[in-house]
Amino acid sequence: MKKFVAKIGFPRFVISIFLIILLVLSVFLDIPLSMTIENILVRFGMNAILVLAMVPAVQSGIGLNFNLPLGIICGLIGALISIEFKLSGFAGFFVSLLIAVPLAILLGYFYGRMLNRIKGQEMTVGTYIGFSVVSLMCIFWLVAPFKSPELVWAYGGTGLRVTVSLESSMAHVLNNFWDFNIGNIAIPTGLLLTFGICALLVWIYSRSKSGTTMYVAGSNEAFALSNGINVDRERIVGTIMSTVLAAIGIIVYSQSFGFLQLYNAPLYAAMPAVASVLIGGASLNRAKISHVIIGTLLFQSLLVVSLPVINIMSEGSMSEVIRTIISNGIILYALTRAGGENA
Amino acid sequence: MIVPIVFLILCIVGFFFSGLSIGFLMQEMIIRLARNSVLVLSLIIPVITGMGLNFGIVLGAMAGQIALIMVTNFSIAKGWGFFLSIIISTPIAIFFGFLVGKVLNKAKGKEMITSMILGFFANGVYQLVFLLLAGTLIPFRNKELLLSTGIGVKNTVDLANVKGSLDHLIPFGKIHPSLGKYPISTILVVIGLYVLVSFFLKTKLGQEMRAVGQDMHIAEVSGINVDKTRSMAVIISTVLAAWGQIIFLQNIGTMNTYGSHEQVGLFAVASLLVGGATIDKASWKEALMGTFLFHLLFIISPLAGQNLVGNAQIGEFFRVFIAYGVIGLALLLHAWEKDKSKTSLEDI
Repeated sequence: MKKFVAKIGFPRFVISIFLIILLVLSVFLDIPLSMTIENILVRFGMNAILVLAMVPAVQSGIGLNFNLPLGIICGLIGALISIEFKLSGFAGFFVSLLIAVPLAILLGYFYGRMLNRIKGQEMTVGTYIGFSVVSLMCIFWLVAPFKSPELVWAYGGTGLRVTVSLESSMAHVLNNFWDFNIGNIAIPTGLLLTFGICALLVWIYSRSKSGTTMYVAGSNEAFALSNGINVDRERIVGTIMSTVLAAIGIIVYSQSFGFLQLYNAPLYAAMPAVASVLIGGASLNRAKISHVIIGTLLFQSLLVVSLPVINIMSEGSMSEVIRTIISNGIILYALTRAGGENA
Repeated sequence: MIVPIVFLILCIVGFFFSGLSIGFLMQEMIIRLARNSVLVLSLIIPVITGMGLNFGIVLGAMAGQIALIMVTNFSIAKGWGFFLSIIISTPIAIFFGFLVGKVLNKAKGKEMITSMILGFFANGVYQLVFLLLAGTLIPFRNKELLLSTGIGVKNTVDLANVKGSLDHLIPFGKIHPSLGKYPISTILVVIGLYVLVSFFLKTKLGQEMRAVGQDMHIAEVSGINVDKTRSMAVIISTVLAAWGQIIFLQNIGTMNTYGSHEQVGLFAVASLLVGGATIDKASWKEALMGTFLFHLLFIISPLAGQNLVGNAQIGEFFRVFIAYGVIGLALLLHAWEKDKSKTSLEDI
């Protein structure tokens, strides 16, 4: 038993047990299992790319990317511009990506250069750079020259709405792409496929020569330097990849959610993503795609299953509280482990 | 010195656009200085001990609020409510500080991010306790405090019993009515606490804290118990934060149960940094100057935003951006300097 716990890791063991108890409880409380599974699949697809953004960051040695909001802002700008031009469906989706990705590459490059000057402090500085960017963008959303009535406040005619509905543009384009039913569970094929493609690209890159170089630079800087690897360059590449994935991630998230969330919404966006990859078994200096899949699945299932159970057992919405406790608890656990071993 | 000067210029420019009168501004500033400077003071000791900016003072603020909720629950009469909440909050804050210290000792070199995440985590637990357990597991005598369902504490708690109880403890208003406008007894308490902290830093324990802050290894070798000293620093900081939050809330008079503590860490840290402090150097001068400048900007910026661009919300967002931006920039510059000194040593 002890060996088994050690093998799958203590936090994963506890969370799995907790999840099983909640699942059993939800069956007893007559919550349809098919709905639970469907929700888990959708929420997995929504969040997985944002979690995937942690992998290149950790592998290249900049640690967990708390500055996820930077990439998210790029994604939001892309989506907003595509709505402004009244694009809908896949056209809107791809145009958003087309605008967001170059922007994310540019900002990721400068952020990566900045991180190279502050080695060892990336997490603290990154968090506050992220907060600053989000609050600066709050002013931008107010004064941005968007005109589409979908985007701006109905009265006054200036300033973007707090939440922008995507109903008439690109809501659910991926969720409804090639979807099919097994029993009464709808499988969001397009959504899962998009994550699959992103994960495959990251995996292929990590197997390639330059991916291996990045991995070496991230795991042992001195060794990498003595082998003639340009560590700073590898770190910038990792940062760019992470930022781009965050930009793609938020567009995929929003189309599934049906709304774009502006203003303060991206402020704490990094925490659940960081927590997910840590729950999956990653540490401050090691992360793999399997960690992303396991972690996102566990974390999102926990939220999906616990929400109706808690709501029935006690009044009031507690999902946000539960999410805060679990995600920050797991980050805390990882931070206090000596030398950043597996969480 | 460059940071406070930049902020002073920003404040002066903003002042001309805000159209406020100097008299009103000064009165407002004295009140704000009285109620905020203890929270900023609580950050100084961890900085000197080399633990960076202690975002964990959020836990201290929570301890203060827990005490205030208890006092309101038992409807304790005016004047005494304040002292009782100070007495109740102290052991809670010591316990919280002990826990924070334990966690931070396990995360040496990553104290700031750890204390920040710890603050978020504690906030979640706090919400769980007061939303779910209050009224169910924890009995409440004063049903006014609870939501209409009987479970969970209300969003805003009226602190009628505590309001102004320190501000007007000594009735200066009777000597001259114009003095009654100012929280003079609070100002005296604040001065007392500042003197106490600077005196404390000259004692043996205070000197040991400085030694630990300069170099942990050398301190260890010279026989200082590093972990214990760091724990002590955090405990003192947490207790001061609890008192600071009570002083703050007795001036405001109403408590936002789930929000009052959240911004405490952010605003206190930003205030200290605006005053010109860095991550490893801070004193009472920077704390007072920073509190003054930060809150000056706080009053001015929404009005200046309103008059400049016709949108008060821009000023509102601007001051949040200033708070985050100042911290981000200070952390960035500090890490930058450190990295530069590292490479220059390697070059030799």
